[in-house]
Amino acid sequence: MGVHRCRMCQADSVINMRQHRLALCEVHFVEWVEKMTLSFIKKQKMFEPEDRILVAVSGGKDSLSLWQILLKLGYQADGLYIDLGIDDGCDYSKRSGEYVRNFSQNISSEAQLHVLDLAGVYGKTVAEMAERRKGGRKKLCSVCGLVKRHEMNRVARELGYNVLATGHNLDDEAAVLFGNVLHWESEYLLRQSPVLPADGLGLVKKAKPLARFYERETAAYAIVCNIDYILDECPFSVGATSLRLKEVLNSMENNSSGTKLQFYFSFLRAKKDSQFPECKRSELSSCEKCGQATGAPGMCAFCRLV
Amino acid sequence: MIKVIFKNTESQTPGNITIRELITGMGLSPQSILAVKEGKLVSNETRLGNEGEIRLISVISGG
Repeated sequence: MGVHRCRMCQADSVINMRQHRLALCEVHFVEWVEKMTLSFIKKQKMFEPEDRILVAVSGGKDSLSLWQILLKLGYQADGLYIDLGIDDGCDYSKRSGEYVRNFSQNISSEAQLHVLDLAGVYGKTVAEMAERRKGGRKKLCSVCGLVKRHEMNRVARELGYNVLATGHNLDDEAAVLFGNVLHWESEYLLRQSPVLPADGLGLVKKAKPLARFYERETAAYAIVCNIDYILDECPFSVGATSLRLKEVLNSMENNSSGTKLQFYFSFLRAKKDSQFPECKRSELSSCEKCGQATGAPGMCAFCRLV
Repeated sequence: MIKVIFKNTESQTPGNITIRELITGMGLSPQSILAVKEGKLVSNETRLGNEGEIRLISVISGG
């Protein structure tokens, strides 16, 4: 079997998306990704052209691609890079930040990049924060997630953005879903969505416009568009549960194309059709220190950490 | 022979195989790898010639 032809123009394809039975050349693949992103944003009611969007950028393929796509689609999108101070002998955060800065200098002059230096604000890197938690470095990924969620939301609120956009792709979402199903985390299952509305307790609306794409598609978009992104993985992610879940899902995908797509979208349809009985959700209250929403009375998990 | 670059390491492989065969032969998943030849993304069904260079890029990220 030779290279598939682009469905649109019959040129040699650069990517064959078996789950869609769709092969496309460079030009038509870029068009398809941008068109599908716009369609997903509208279908999920993520945001409108008048909204101010803050894109969380890490220097990786997904977030930089997302920022570029939103600007190309005409949205008002600025970037936020959080320097977590991850070094571990490879200057990971420093190098990631350089990719983000280089990217931001080459995009729309109207788009701004905000940089938050965690150690500069709180006097500790994310690894130092994790050491204070039971489990220490083993819990670093969950501490990192907690820190990023809190700080992204805080910065978005303080700078007047009404939507926070992240570059999560379908593989990310399917891995989270898989993990939540394995542990029957019913509350997390109810909360998982490509768009989460703002609430009255200071949580900004969150959107994941790339959640309909496989990870290899967001990487392909970045490569085809010459987006220079950090190829290295976070040194702390070695052995992370999410990576193991992705491997299992990819193994199933190799045997049966469309498995990941069906898993995630069937879940979203089931939720929409109210097939999930409402379970008791934790009551949220405001953190007495930072004012952001928290599931426990008193201070939120982030404020207890720092 | 084809030069294969993957995660900062180089190896040689006999040509005249497809990229999918190359990826699976290395024990990797076609879902998690993209191939770039002469700076351009190429489909997994592309058949490699007998010389040149191919760069494999892991697309999996997370933590």
